[in-house]
Amino acid sequence: MIEITPTEWTAIRLSLRVAAVATLFATPLGIALAWLLARRNFWGKSLLDALIHLPLVLPPVVTGYLLLLTFGRRGLIGGWLAEHLGIVFAFRWTGAALACGVMAFPLLVRPIRLSIEAVDQKLEHAAETLGAAPVRVFLTVTLPLALPGVLAGMVLGFAKAIGEFGATITFVSNIPGETQTISSAIYSLIQTPEGDAAALRLVVVAVIIATAALIGSEWFARRATQRLHGN
Amino acid sequence: MLRVDVEKKLGEFTLSASFASEGRVTGLFGASGSGKTSLVNMIAGLLQPDQGTISIDGDILDDTEKALHIPAWRRRIGYVFQDARLFPHLDVLQNLDYGRRMNRLAEDLAQRKRVTDLLDIGHLLDRRPGKLSGGERQRVALGRALLSRPRLLLLDEPLGSLDEGRRAEILPYLVRLRDEARIPMVYVSHDPAELRQLATQIVLLKDGRVTSFGGVRVLAG
Repeated sequence: MIEITPTEWTAIRLSLRVAAVATLFATPLGIALAWLLARRNFWGKSLLDALIHLPLVLPPVVTGYLLLLTFGRRGLIGGWLAEHLGIVFAFRWTGAALACGVMAFPLLVRPIRLSIEAVDQKLEHAAETLGAAPVRVFLTVTLPLALPGVLAGMVLGFAKAIGEFGATITFVSNIPGETQTISSAIYSLIQTPEGDAAALRLVVVAVIIATAALIGSEWFARRATQRLHGN
Repeated sequence: MLRVDVEKKLGEFTLSASFASEGRVTGLFGASGSGKTSLVNMIAGLLQPDQGTISIDGDILDDTEKALHIPAWRRRIGYVFQDARLFPHLDVLQNLDYGRRMNRLAEDLAQRKRVTDLLDIGHLLDRRPGKLSGGERQRVALGRALLSRPRLLLLDEPLGSLDEGRRAEILPYLVRLRDEARIPMVYVSHDPAELRQLATQIVLLKDGRVTSFGGVRVLAG
């Protein structure tokens, strides 16, 4: 049996917390932007689309450094947040969540956008003729019908957040108990003599979490699809 | 009284229609491509005219000169589409109840019973739309529109997607609806026989223009 040490547990728990918080905060924003991209035409739409996808193509270290510049203690937004709201990202687990959320965002938005595009607008029109205001059309027709895509996006985003490394370590470093996630813990361990066994244990844990997430998303998507098609 | 006087360019096609109807059932007759559906979509508020006015009983819904356009969801105009468009994620009861909930009307079980009895759909309430036949789906769509308590009901070829046998099955319900529900209707069809049975007034549409208007006799000419 594998024996997991308290330090390793700390990294696992932190990873789960960081990924969960990142996904929870990214989801509402992701749904709003996915809807905008799927259903509205406006000036700067392709720019917004590019901006959302940027973390996917930029080197993670660049994204991390940009986060440090904007959300660091002396950053434009980070400084303001720290001074007025007391929210600090730099070298905190919250910063790790922010980095993971930004990196996971494109993967989260894409399936949601596709599933909103797939919702038949004729159904939305039918809802309008029955007296539903636009927001209620979205909440009672569009969103429930797009639910499989929303769940898929959340799981994909969560999985990406669990595995995120480059942007996180650049932005918030690798502090055990605060910002040391599974990825950065493995990174530290394989640079330590005799760290191999511990690294391997964390690798196994990472594989188990990722597999469970994928099986879980498949199951959710199937249940949601069945529910929608009325069987 | 429904008054329509609109113009709309749709690609190469120009719709320019004007009529006023007091009839209980105004039949909108024309070949496919004559602009019937676009005209009905404009009355519903789903499509905005380029120019003109639409009003019901003096209540103005569209007036381009005053830049007035009441959105579909505030018009209280029911719409039965050719393809039913039931919400697949809701069961029949929830579909029927949708308009009432969206308009924040009080629950009226007597009214619901009247409508489900009229349309013979009481035994389908816990089913999903995916488990209904074409005719059943169309009857539920009719009930859903009625229960939102519209002041006008638009029916766009509601029998169009059904085969001959199913049409004969639904037509009596529509006649009953006309005689019992007391809601003025606009009934779109390209089938003169259907309109002779249902309509009290006819608007003849050809290539985006109203060519005749009058009693069902205009269908003969």
